[in-house]
Amino acid sequence: MNHTLKPGRIVLYLLLGLFFLYYIAPLYVMLSTSFKSLDEIRSGNLLSLPQAVSFDAWRRAWSSACTGTTCEGLQPYFWNSIKMVIPAVAISTLVGAFNGYVFAHWRFRHSEILFTALLVGCFIPFQVVLLPMAGLLGKFGLANTTAGLVFVHVVYGTAFTTLFFRNYYVGVPEELIKAARIDGAGFFLIFRKVVLPISGPIFVVCVIWQFTQIWNDFLFGVVFASGEAQPITVGLNNLVNTSTGVKEHNVNMAAAIIAALPTLLVYLVAGRYFVRGLTAGAVKG
Amino acid sequence: MSLKDIFEKTIPKLVLGPTLLASLLFVYGFILLTGYISLTESRMMPTFEFSGLGQYVDLFDNERWWTSLTNLGIFGTLFIGFSVAIGLFLAILLDQKIRAEGALRAVYLYPMALSFIVTGTAWKWMLNPSLGLEKVMHDWGWTAFHFDWLVNPDMAIYTVVIAGVWQSSGFVMALFLAGLRGIDDDIIKAAQVDGASLPTIYRRIVIPAMRPVFFSVLLILSHIAIKSFDLVIALTAGGPGNASSVPAIFMYQFSFTRGQLGLGSASAMMMLATIVAVLVPLMYLEARSNKAMR
Repeated sequence: MNHTLKPGRIVLYLLLGLFFLYYIAPLYVMLSTSFKSLDEIRSGNLLSLPQAVSFDAWRRAWSSACTGTTCEGLQPYFWNSIKMVIPAVAISTLVGAFNGYVFAHWRFRHSEILFTALLVGCFIPFQVVLLPMAGLLGKFGLANTTAGLVFVHVVYGTAFTTLFFRNYYVGVPEELIKAARIDGAGFFLIFRKVVLPISGPIFVVCVIWQFTQIWNDFLFGVVFASGEAQPITVGLNNLVNTSTGVKEHNVNMAAAIIAALPTLLVYLVAGRYFVRGLTAGAVKG
Repeated sequence: MSLKDIFEKTIPKLVLGPTLLASLLFVYGFILLTGYISLTESRMMPTFEFSGLGQYVDLFDNERWWTSLTNLGIFGTLFIGFSVAIGLFLAILLDQKIRAEGALRAVYLYPMALSFIVTGTAWKWMLNPSLGLEKVMHDWGWTAFHFDWLVNPDMAIYTVVIAGVWQSSGFVMALFLAGLRGIDDDIIKAAQVDGASLPTIYRRIVIPAMRPVFFSVLLILSHIAIKSFDLVIALTAGGPGNASSVPAIFMYQFSFTRGQLGLGSASAMMMLATIVAVLVPLMYLEARSNKAMR
């Protein structure tokens, strides 16, 4: 291969570089703004680097910025989201694994129709279930609680997790399952001994997908939780829109990064699986 | 049949039971319930007295609803158009045996890991009428540059397009790139041997082969567009006034802050109808082109 760059290649790399700048710019602006003082924000501009790095905005965003009537920063919202996301991801993933196992290897009459019917849940605009769900949560005392949010995320996340596992398990040879059944193994034993040991990748994909979805959710958070149980997306939005005197853009940016940090970390550590989840969720089997 | 056989036969159904029941109640049941509320006079509290299509008549008499629909049209068209164009362009560029492809791809795609609220917050700051992009241009010497779209009722919806495209175009790139990599190299080599130029190869072989991917992309993007809520809330909150309102914001405001359950439900049902109207034909086309590929 010829290693001198042809003009065409130069244009190609130039274009790729421009797009690189386009995608990275907001992250750069968020970071540099978060380390500036308010004075510096007013005197410098969006793209200038902070002259004197200050962690003040980060401290305020985490523990003392006002979000509506309270001024405890994003901290309480962050823990709310953690308390919500762990059980919601665990339950919806586990339920999805078993459902997918049934749909792939324990088919019964009409199970394909039931699978299709279940998938409809992936496509509805959630606005169409918000009002009855709000009523239901209210009746059972789950309105404005983390438990209520976990319930909602599990209910509406299971269609996706089932789809993930079903599509993965369809690729497990039927003969493996049949052989185990002839040996006298039952439903759960086959799952544990045959299916589970080869399920690592799909569990990673599914957990990452659910974690990102639930951590980033705003609609359910803003509708079904108020005060005590609000997740971080709602907290961030409150923080940015609380107008007490001067707009503290540096605090807003630090808060935005705090809200984005967990999913960004997951993306950095397991980007490969993240992409696979996105495309698996997109291209249905 | 032994007891164990019966047990083994019912277990799969028992395992699926809770999920199917939840789907029946909380998806299908709740859609019916919302549909029914939209046919009543419900305001602050739901009433269950049937009253016909009055809420839908009110809905389509409501100026704010028309604003929301128009904005959805503008946003949807531009968001999908630009995301597809940029995504496809980047995928083709990245497919040219690039150095550092992995790193570039990672940067193009990271916005997808952010929530729309974070994206909206970031772009709200970048597009800030006095301290944002405008100031950068002034500092660089372009003093006539004026950018106030965020607070300009005629332009506010376009800021949502800017942020939305930034967030989603990398994802579209990833889907297209996966599609490009799935094309058989031999066909392309054969075309090269026959003397076809690179643009011709793309136009005649590659892009037609990507029809199924194309439909998947349209499916996902239109789904995101119709449901868009968080991004608009974070960027403009539907404002100034309600100039950048979209159906999801209309539904939220009328159902949860203005106590008009009937009207809110009617708008939710219209959102569902829009999704069905857009997604069903796309799914049909996708299934057909998938079959044609095999």
